[in-house]
Amino acid sequence: MIPAPFDYHAPTTLDEALALLGKLGDTAKILAGGQSLIPAMRFRLAAPEALIDLGRIPELAHLEERGDDLVIGALAREHALEISPLVAKSYPMLLDAAKVIADPLVRNKATVGGNLAHADPANDHPAVMLAYGAKVVVRGPSGSRTIAIDDLFTGLFETSLAPGEILTEIRIPKPKPHSGGAYLKIERKVGDYAVAAVAVQLELAGETIAHVRIGLTNVSPIPARAKAAEAALTGQPASDAVLEAAGKAAANECNPSADLRGQVDYKRDLVRILVKRAVRVAITRAQGGRP
Amino acid sequence: MSKHEITVTVNGERKTRSVESRLLLVHFIREDLSLTGTHIGCDTTSCGACTVSLDGEPVKSCTVFAVQADGATVDTIEGMAVGGKLHPLQEGFWEKHGLQCGFCTPGMLISARALLAKNPSPSEDEIRHGISGNLCRCTGYNKIVEAIQYAADKLRGDAKGA
Amino acid sequence: MATTHLEDRKEHHSPKPAGSSATVETTHEPRITTPVKVCGMGHRMKRKEDPRFIQGGGKYVDDVKLPNMVYMDIVRSPYAHAKILKIDASEALAMPGVIAVITGEDLKKAGNLHWMPTLMSDTQMVLPIEKVAYYAQEVCVVVATERYIAADAIEKVQVDYEPLEAVVDPFKALEDKVIVRDDKEKKTNKIWHWEAGDKDATDAVFAAAATVVEEKIYIPRIHVASIETCGMVANYDKIRSHMQIYMTSQAPHAHRTVFALVSGLPEHMIQIISPDIGGGFGGKVPVYPGYVCCAVASLVLGRPVKWIEDRSENLQADSFARDYWIEAQLAADKDGKITGLRVKTLSDCGAADAAANPSKFPAGLYSICTGSYDMKAAHVTVDGVYTNKPPGGVAYRCSFRVTEAVHMIERMVDIMAHQLGEDPADFRLKNFIRPDQFPYKSPTGWDYDSGNYKAALDKAMMMIDYRALREEQREKRARGVLMGIGISSFTEVVGAGPSKDYDILGIKMFDSAEIRIHPTGKAMARFGTKSQGQGHETTYAQILAEELGLPAADIQVEEGDTDTAPYGLGTYASRSTPTAGAAAAMAARKIKAKAKKIAAYLLEVGEDDLEWNVDSFQVKGSPDKKKTIQELAFAAYTNHPQGMEAGLEATDYYDPPNLTFPFGSYICVVDLDTGTGEIKIRRFVAVDDCGHIINPMIVEGQIEGGLTMGLAPAMYEEIVYDENGQNLTGTFADYLLPTAVESPKWELGKTITPSPHHPLGAKGVGESPTVGAPPAIANAIVDALWHLGVRHLDIPITPQKVWRALRAAGVTE
Repeated sequence: MIPAPFDYHAPTTLDEALALLGKLGDTAKILAGGQSLIPAMRFRLAAPEALIDLGRIPELAHLEERGDDLVIGALAREHALEISPLVAKSYPMLLDAAKVIADPLVRNKATVGGNLAHADPANDHPAVMLAYGAKVVVRGPSGSRTIAIDDLFTGLFETSLAPGEILTEIRIPKPKPHSGGAYLKIERKVGDYAVAAVAVQLELAGETIAHVRIGLTNVSPIPARAKAAEAALTGQPASDAVLEAAGKAAANECNPSADLRGQVDYKRDLVRILVKRAVRVAITRAQGGRP
Repeated sequence: MSKHEITVTVNGERKTRSVESRLLLVHFIREDLSLTGTHIGCDTTSCGACTVSLDGEPVKSCTVFAVQADGATVDTIEGMAVGGKLHPLQEGFWEKHGLQCGFCTPGMLISARALLAKNPSPSEDEIRHGISGNLCRCTGYNKIVEAIQYAADKLRGDAKGA
Repeated sequence: MATTHLEDRKEHHSPKPAGSSATVETTHEPRITTPVKVCGMGHRMKRKEDPRFIQGGGKYVDDVKLPNMVYMDIVRSPYAHAKILKIDASEALAMPGVIAVITGEDLKKAGNLHWMPTLMSDTQMVLPIEKVAYYAQEVCVVVATERYIAADAIEKVQVDYEPLEAVVDPFKALEDKVIVRDDKEKKTNKIWHWEAGDKDATDAVFAAAATVVEEKIYIPRIHVASIETCGMVANYDKIRSHMQIYMTSQAPHAHRTVFALVSGLPEHMIQIISPDIGGGFGGKVPVYPGYVCCAVASLVLGRPVKWIEDRSENLQADSFARDYWIEAQLAADKDGKITGLRVKTLSDCGAADAAANPSKFPAGLYSICTGSYDMKAAHVTVDGVYTNKPPGGVAYRCSFRVTEAVHMIERMVDIMAHQLGEDPADFRLKNFIRPDQFPYKSPTGWDYDSGNYKAALDKAMMMIDYRALREEQREKRARGVLMGIGISSFTEVVGAGPSKDYDILGIKMFDSAEIRIHPTGKAMARFGTKSQGQGHETTYAQILAEELGLPAADIQVEEGDTDTAPYGLGTYASRSTPTAGAAAAMAARKIKAKAKKIAAYLLEVGEDDLEWNVDSFQVKGSPDKKKTIQELAFAAYTNHPQGMEAGLEATDYYDPPNLTFPFGSYICVVDLDTGTGEIKIRRFVAVDDCGHIINPMIVEGQIEGGLTMGLAPAMYEEIVYDENGQNLTGTFADYLLPTAVESPKWELGKTITPSPHHPLGAKGVGESPTVGAPPAIANAIVDALWHLGVRHLDIPITPQKVWRALRAAGVTE
């Protein structure tokens, strides 16, 4: 219930934060929203010697379109996504996810960057960003670089960030015309992690699905795409048979664990069903509807 | 282990104290400032009994370090009634029997106030989602919803009259 | 220790309880006889206690801060069953700020305090010496100057364990291969055997039955999880030899007596203050090891010690509820009339029989399980067994096992109805005990005081438009759309209880009220009960306003301080209104009797010439010649008749002649998602009858709150152990409490069928909804699936359970 002692640092610029991180190395953890880290510290599952709080760095909380992307600062709070007219209008899958992350109070502190950097397969943003084909920008001692979302998650709670790097920004490519997406989550109650969840972002060409990316939540140790399901949909019309084949493919290719949320066969079947339902919602949105 | 001097404006008053880095904001409020209206009901950020307003946003104060609130404003339940006059939400909870044991009530009120500030005419569904970060074991939530609706009506009516 | 309930009940039952009548009329609206300014019974009075709660001014145990106070924290076992080889607290003791470490050895030296009696006359370890018997069991405690230091210190205590095989399955425990209590002479896990009813008569009925249905029903372990956890501030003053204790207690006097007996401290030098309590629901009735350690720490250190448990500790170590493995059989004749019930049950008690039952009732009031139905015979047996889990059994708003009893009978009745192809509502109406059968003697010996089950079910059916729903269900079923309708028509039994049958550790279960009216016509009333949110500061004031005509606003109600409140057994099992509420009425009537004498004296008439009118005694035929209760109160101090004692006060200790029997009918409608198995409660109508109503708004609050606490075990809550006895649901992350989103918009109705023996005709209501709701929900879900071959699902019924049933029946999306 009470965290172990630690040194607290509150840099006001990113350079300061990077310098601290460089100096303290793996004795330090980054504090963003704290809504995953602080609970872990209260149970002493995490006991960093130092915390570097990014919360006083003003240039990390933006949410706007720039060029071809929606650019989200790492410290943008989930709540900001919930109330943004831009997100509601053009990135409804992102809003779908924001509305089901934890609860409204946690969303006032929890950050998009933290949700990704924590690399918890139970978190909601990884699947959504996989479906969007997003990129993340990280800054380190030798400057900035961009990591494609497909290369970000490398293990359970592990990302491809190098030591000394901080995730600063997420970039979602602006969806093309006739695009739509949806995030459907099954949870035991409001505020819980997903029993299973599916993110689908697709682009239609007439009646066929020209492009599609599917991200899955909490059904594998590493946040993953359902590539076989994507292949079953690409270039196909969204018939019942095609959707069923995609659903089955996703169910087979994911790797859920049995736990209090569900047995393996239940979770797989949820994936099958959610893929079908999410594709249908995504198509309705791609066709200009508001399901 | 480091100690920090922090200054927090709590219910309109500036408070300066020296605290351990690891001191949770809820303990700072309850122990250092003796404002015991904010409660602790769990250890997994689940129950919301510790909800306070931090820089105008309701947050679970058990999942924030006091040092993070340095320079910030914190509003607790003790500051909700102004000049002895109850906030319409406090009135509503009383009128509509929106509380029984009272333990979740301060957190509910802080959450509800933020909900109505953002959404003055919430639907019942929006109210239920809006307070879904606050657990209650006594009331079954129906009368909490009615209390919030009462307050929403009152606030809209007062706003019209003003 | 074998107890035969049957023998006890044969000895003590009178054919008709005192004050009963053949028929009691049912009405539909609360009775109001006083004007708003007096605010007696029936008024929707705003609660008098609310102003402090809505402004953050409640005073709960963790809000208590005393000078020189220190903090206690607990080292707990990571094993369900293990020998303790060594406890090394040297590193902890060396930490700055750590004052003391107390182990089982220390408690033993202090006077064999390492074991304590339980409320069921078993024994329970306070702190272990040889071994631990459940996961999260208290092993030793640390006292430090600050809470955070105590938390650090418990991490530094080194305990060497030798893990032992744990017995987690109660059926395996019956085999006596792994013994939980080797401190006992008899090396067995079997604790007690208990029976009710008539075995021979029941066997005969079953032999002759046209239809028998049978089912195994498991009601899992759950935890009450009030939002405030348990805690204590113990403050021993060595100079005065006085122990003052602030405690999360639902029964402060009983706790004081237990402390006195266990510690040897003289009872008049112990004060227990139960301040504002953040929810009890039964979880704050048992005496937990943490309390004892906290009091001992203060005794030894001579300064205030505070102990507040974390939520994880609360969920993992405190008293649980339910954990009943039931095998039930229901018999009916060829006309579908129920004739008999046979129930066999295994009660998993954990590592000690520490349930807070009345002492003659190891299975609580479980034998109420013939429910609302008239039948010829019943036979109920329950066996208690030890396992390597926390002790307990009735700490969750259950009326002493009535939740289990009603869940069983309502499931069995529904199964029987479905099996016979009869509508479940019509089947119930056919089998209900009729109003003219009251007072009704049940086959297990209960004397039901009053009831009108048909009125309640008819009303619920009307409110939900039941027949139309069945039509809708038929139409939807043909299209493969699944909806279900579930009914629960429960009879509750509350108000423990009459002294001839009921006691807790020998202390009879009366309750008390002490009223003092001051010269200026205001009053102070103290009670032996203890509200944890039930609104006694308002409801008791309304009772007294009703009886005395004093405005409820002028009556200050207090509970919880054992130095000032009259002795009582506390608040749980919906007993306050039936016992202390009755005491309030009886004490008020004593006051009124004295006031009448004063009025006669002042008005210079005989007492027979006076009649009572709301708040005054007036002369019959000359209503302007009257004295108000306020005038009489003043006169009691300034102008009373010679030879009469001054003052206007009375105390009553009420020994109820019988329990009371609230009842109701609930109807639940669910829609199932055939893809995901998700269950949506579309509507839930609850018609409750708790007799005459003190405050309808408070009654609604009790019902709505209880319904959500019935929904929770029906669909969300379950304590889960792995095969080693480790608790897997030890935090709110996995022990799932419903939020405002999961909790439906409950729809309430009422009927009013007074209790003929209660002075106010009131019955108590707090637990009816937790009793009635789970079977209504379970029945609805099974009803939706019955045509697919599903007969029964154990609660909590999760989407996964529904999904599995659907897929087994070949239904998918």
